[in-house]
Amino acid sequence: MSKKVRIPTPLRKLTNNEELVEINAATIGEAIVELQTRFPGIQERLVDDKGEVRRFVNVYVNEEDIRFLQNRATPLKDGDEISIIPAIAGG
Amino acid sequence: MSEQHGFMKALKCRECGREYPLEATHVCEFDFGPLEVAYDYDRIKKSLTRAVIESRPKTMWRYRELLPVATEPTVGKQVGFTPLIKADRLAKALGIRELYVKNDAVNYPTLSFKDRVVSVALSRAKELGFETVACASTGNLANSVAANAASAGLKSYVFIPSDLEQGKILNSLIYGANVIGIKGHYDEVNRLCAEIAGKFGWAFVNVNMRPYYAEGSKSMAYEIAEQLGWRLPQHTIVPMASGSLLTKIRKGYQEFVKLGLVANSETHIHGAQATGCSPISVAQKAGLDFFKPVKPDTIAKSLAIGTPADGFYALKVMRETNAAADDVTDDEIRDAIKLLAETEGIFAETAGGVTVGVAKKLIASGRIPKDSSAVICVTGNGLKTLDAVQHHCGKAREIKPSLREFEALLAQEEKVNA
Repeated sequence: MSKKVRIPTPLRKLTNNEELVEINAATIGEAIVELQTRFPGIQERLVDDKGEVRRFVNVYVNEEDIRFLQNRATPLKDGDEISIIPAIAGG
Repeated sequence: MSEQHGFMKALKCRECGREYPLEATHVCEFDFGPLEVAYDYDRIKKSLTRAVIESRPKTMWRYRELLPVATEPTVGKQVGFTPLIKADRLAKALGIRELYVKNDAVNYPTLSFKDRVVSVALSRAKELGFETVACASTGNLANSVAANAASAGLKSYVFIPSDLEQGKILNSLIYGANVIGIKGHYDEVNRLCAEIAGKFGWAFVNVNMRPYYAEGSKSMAYEIAEQLGWRLPQHTIVPMASGSLLTKIRKGYQEFVKLGLVANSETHIHGAQATGCSPISVAQKAGLDFFKPVKPDTIAKSLAIGTPADGFYALKVMRETNAAADDVTDDEIRDAIKLLAETEGIFAETAGGVTVGVAKKLIASGRIPKDSSAVICVTGNGLKTLDAVQHHCGKAREIKPSLREFEALLAQEEKVNA
């Protein structure tokens, strides 16, 4: 079994409208690199020049914000589901 | 273009400046930066003067050129222009020369500032042809979407944390909205809604309609400036959940200066949070320009957003206006709710307690000088968060319908008070 990444609407142009992408990476950092090799251009949308996840990008592993885990070093195991979600307003 | 879009020019990314068409979209495809409405201020300046504004009905729509609708609003035409109270008794209690309360606890129709943003979002949603509207909410927004959608004949779905105050849940159900309680805190509701919004063709007021929605908050700033006699306050104290309101109050003041409606005077915009959910105030006090997300634990549920979307910009506004942030505990929130009620006769919800409590702290510490003038923004009504104060304001004393018993009661109290 592999890991799944949910691609948010603003990035689906890069994934040929694929919503759910399977990956093999072992960490979030590696996942971003793996996505980049398959969908060129996606990396710069997610991380800034310094390689940090962009300010308005929230990444979740199984519904937990990676900032509560180990950020880019957060390990991934088979069956994990990763969501990439833009920050949204209050309510 | 102008006839089609009113005074709006485009949606523009706040990070990189890329422009997008005026549709139901909220995120820049390149850096995920939030999109914001850009206006044609030269045209607005020709049409919006003090005299024009004063000739219009007393609602938030008297500033309609500065609000993102293409034509006349169709939803929430009566919203806004809430009282600005000169709060002399509260001023005395807090030890400040001059104090005002902007009282959105009596906003129409659902008793919170959210009616402002919803009125804009739903008017725009109708312009864009939507028939179903939705939101992720900590309560007040859900109430407002439910009520305004009902009166506009729109179908609504509101998503809330399932542990909300009973009053706030009932206040959405009554309007026939589809109320979905999510077993989780607001940030989780938010995440789910971001995913739902991508899938269904609905107008999610704080997701894909956010650029329009958020602009509604500016009307609070316009009203404050007009009600003060066309001037900016020296200090404004604003509650922060996502941080959006604080940034829009600033934008509202700046637009009035840009249009020559008020003089450009020094104005500080301070932020208030609950200690149990204070990612922005903690960052501000530490001098950081970014925040660390938190898991909320506070009675101020309407402010319980651990990952504040506009936290970064709120910090920037406080830095740029040389302002402060602070936070208050649950006990301080309850005390402040009671203080506001006992001095000014205004029953605010927990967020109002946060704002008054933080104002008290900032005045006591000198961050807001005692000889200055300040405005406190009260954004919601205490009748919706009764649970929070239920066991903290004493009890009614019961007697038989007998004069003798009443006299005995008074005598006993006099003894206690003596």
